[in-house]
Amino acid sequence: MTSLYEEVSVTPVDVPVRRVTITVNGQRRAADIEPRLLLAHLLRQGFGLTGTHTGCDTTNCGACTVLFDGRPVKSCTMLAVQADGHSVETVEGLASASELHPIQEGFKEEHGLQCGYCTPGMMMAAKALLEENPDPSEDEIRWALSGNLCRCTGYQNIVKAVMWAADKMRASAG
Amino acid sequence: MYPSRFNYESPSTIDEAIALLDAGRGEAKILAGGQSLVPMLKLRFAAPETLVDINNIPGLGYHHFDEGGALHIGALCRHEDIEKSTVIAEGQPTIAAAAPLVADPIVRTRGTFVGSVCHGDPQGDWAACMIALDGFIVAQGPNGRREIPVESFVTGPFQNVLAHNEIAIEAVVPAPRGEARGAYLKLERRVGDFATAAVAVALDMSGDMVLRAGIALTGVGGTTVNAAEAADSLTGSTLDADSVSRAAELAAAAAQPRSDHRGSASYKRHIVNTFTARALSGIASSNERAA
Repeated sequence: MTSLYEEVSVTPVDVPVRRVTITVNGQRRAADIEPRLLLAHLLRQGFGLTGTHTGCDTTNCGACTVLFDGRPVKSCTMLAVQADGHSVETVEGLASASELHPIQEGFKEEHGLQCGYCTPGMMMAAKALLEENPDPSEDEIRWALSGNLCRCTGYQNIVKAVMWAADKMRASAG
Repeated sequence: MYPSRFNYESPSTIDEAIALLDAGRGEAKILAGGQSLVPMLKLRFAAPETLVDINNIPGLGYHHFDEGGALHIGALCRHEDIEKSTVIAEGQPTIAAAAPLVADPIVRTRGTFVGSVCHGDPQGDWAACMIALDGFIVAQGPNGRREIPVESFVTGPFQNVLAHNEIAIEAVVPAPRGEARGAYLKLERRVGDFATAAVAVALDMSGDMVLRAGIALTGVGGTTVNAAEAADSLTGSTLDADSVSRAAELAAAAAQPRSDHRGSASYKRHIVNTFTARALSGIASSNERAA
């Protein structure tokens, strides 16, 4: 694969690219990229993982949140080249072949979305929270999701969805 | 939004990083957490020829108190590391209070303490804490290391005194003379917004007596404001009602706020007064409870 940005701008053919190898949702993926490529764009355009949304593109909204070595990051605010040798988990990695992840089920059961644009970022931030804190209070959920903006729901049902997921995950773990 | 093209280097030692900065002759820039720099690259406010990513240099993510009681924060210590730190929760109340108020939880997983100070944003929370604490930055360059007080480290909005071939290697908070007490109060319209106004208070106390005081203000000037007169007025006091209200008034007088979409200048000045008084009387009343 050549530089993704060559598709959108006229560039000399000798633009230097770097080979990166990233474990994405458990699978090793390689790409030749320009260093200025953002992680969000490599995931979406390079790897076709369009579940990671780019919302504000200014580090505010959190729609592009993915897990980087297990911690949530805004993938529009990281260079893809920085992920070389690391692991990245996107919303596509949540469901197994046969069933939804409890967080996805929770968003479905509690109607935790309307337009759905913020949802992948919300779910990845929620996953990071529940891995650290399997039994969060409502305040702790609101705190953990405070870097993710939703313009539709008023957050009520998003919080309920994460509660639902936490209950289910604790029940199946216990 | 795409950054301009740059050469990307990811050295594995500090010496290599310094050599790259040196070779860059002012056109190379350090990339640490990237939570301020990457947005600036995308907006093309910054367009360095070379980015020197220090994330692959091992051993810079630390924070610890040394035997003398000084707190050392390494160049790759993330805001989140500080927020979750038990040693800082127990030993450095000003920084512990500010940590959960920096940016938002996701930005805090990547952004670094030292990078934030270097960035020199007058709205940055850490510079106010460091000035209140008499903290300094340790810079390393081709000729070795030097210590720079944060008070004189930032020279203007987004400007610091580092030479083009120097790296800020750690931030240091000197050991308190007595017991470290402190607070950081921040008014923000919503999580992740910059401060409308914020006040950092750091006191070294012996019982109810203030031995040393530092007060610094975020978001109410072209750089972080050192409210030194307000702080000095507290030295030797016992945080009684009079000394608290005098310090609050002096802090408000030191602020140089501008009216903008976050509020009028007089409103921001009022906030500084209220927050300074609230921080100091909070410390006073927790002293009384402990006594």
